[in-house]
Amino acid sequence: MSKKFTKDHEWISLEGDLARIGITDYAQEQLGDVVFVELPEAGRQVEQGNDAAVVESVKAASEVYAPVSGEIVEPNVKLEDEPALVNQDPAEGGWFFTMKVSNPDELNDLMDEAAYADYVKELG
Amino acid sequence: MCLLLSFGSRFPVRLMTNSTSDFDGTGKVSGASSEQGLNGYARTPLYDMHLQLDAKMVPFAGYEMPVQYGLGVMGEHLHTREKAGLFDVSHMGQAQLFPEDPDSDVAPVFEALVPGGIISLKERGIRYTQLTNQDGGILDDLMVTRFGNTLWLVVNAACKNDDFAHIAQSLVGKARLSVENRALLSLQGPLAEAVLKEHLPAAADLAFMQACHADYQGEKVIISRCGYTGEDGFEISLPNDMATNFASLLLKNDAVAPIGLGARDSLRLEAGLCLYGHDIDTGTTPVEADLMWSVPRRRRESLDFPGAHKVSQQLSQKPDRLRVGIQPEGRAPAREGTEIHDMDNNPIGRITSGGFAPSLQAPIAMGYVSAAHAAPGTQVQLIIRGKPMLAKISSMPFVEHKYLRTKS
Repeated sequence: MSKKFTKDHEWISLEGDLARIGITDYAQEQLGDVVFVELPEAGRQVEQGNDAAVVESVKAASEVYAPVSGEIVEPNVKLEDEPALVNQDPAEGGWFFTMKVSNPDELNDLMDEAAYADYVKELG
Repeated sequence: MCLLLSFGSRFPVRLMTNSTSDFDGTGKVSGASSEQGLNGYARTPLYDMHLQLDAKMVPFAGYEMPVQYGLGVMGEHLHTREKAGLFDVSHMGQAQLFPEDPDSDVAPVFEALVPGGIISLKERGIRYTQLTNQDGGILDDLMVTRFGNTLWLVVNAACKNDDFAHIAQSLVGKARLSVENRALLSLQGPLAEAVLKEHLPAAADLAFMQACHADYQGEKVIISRCGYTGEDGFEISLPNDMATNFASLLLKNDAVAPIGLGARDSLRLEAGLCLYGHDIDTGTTPVEADLMWSVPRRRRESLDFPGAHKVSQQLSQKPDRLRVGIQPEGRAPAREGTEIHDMDNNPIGRITSGGFAPSLQAPIAMGYVSAAHAAPGTQVQLIIRGKPMLAKISSMPFVEHKYLRTKS
């Protein structure tokens, strides 16, 4: 299925009940060089909007929120050694974690690609 | 805008805007007022150039300033360490201090306000020192240069109005302060001299912490060999209306890139230099802040600066806490405010500046810990997002200073 987007600049792509989550190109651009990523452990339960991960640039730390509720399945441990992947390949190799989605209806509130593109454009 | 603080007058000190200021006794009047943006933030004379260079602008000390340009913080930081970086520091305060009696020297008068050695300053020599209050707290840190019987002062942007009012009020009848609204550029890095001497040949004759006047297209500029990065470098004070042309000229050289506040912060942190309002403030003394290298023996003995009794007491009895460098063991940066614990989980201090060091590709920080835990190598824990992370106390600088020390 195609990706959905949050106002906090995260993307989520759903395959069956397994979702993969990352941050958008706009987000990595705003953050600048990513130097550290803290990932959630497998098995952790998160509610939509909870802090799920931390991404830090030279200058600042930012939270990554769970775009939907569910259980963390796999953190992308590659980011621990190569945080720059978030800048280089935010839409693919720079994903943060996968999760089992407990309430797929929550995805309905999120933006599709065109709506997100408009949203970013409005931010200037 | 020129702010002329006259010492001859009674309190309150007059802040006269758009008044004229006799910059160096030649009768020249410094230029236009600093522009005010629509959002209430002041703009430096380089504002339009920053926008043309695609800078990301942020509010800082009442100014709209570039935090980064196209290279990004990491790229700008490394560029400065390898080649030369150009910083707009026009938001900082610049002023000249004259003795009220033109036949006397203003150095002994000003020395009463700071713990540094100002009388001993040689002609065109630059000194780093602090303005202290009666409790030994630091009101600001600043650079002081001697030109004849006058002093040239460069102070932090966020403190400049308070500093200048404080100096003016404290020295009424003894000295006259002329606040200079001029642009200030900083060119830092191993190629800074090679780049700058093409346009200002006098730059090459300066030793580190030495300054001079030079003529540039008929105007007076001040070149100071100093900086805030740990690299060799220069600060160039020049009239506002020349700033953009001069900066553009420097940027034409491939060795020079524009550098924002982000990399300015990571560079000074690697160099172990304090950021006022974070690592030092009115709640810290020069002893606690480990700045006693800037206080000569003569001043420690004469104890004739504001807060001297406190400094003397802390020197003999050891202060409760000290500013130290901190190296986290993992990759997680420890930011300002992070609590520091000893290995038995007792709180012993806080991080005051922390981030990622691009030159080391590792996190670094500075902060205050109780004196018992201040020795380099001491193991501590940093409480990051509720979790204890191992770290150790480190000597500073984190990255070796490359100041030029040979010329004289």
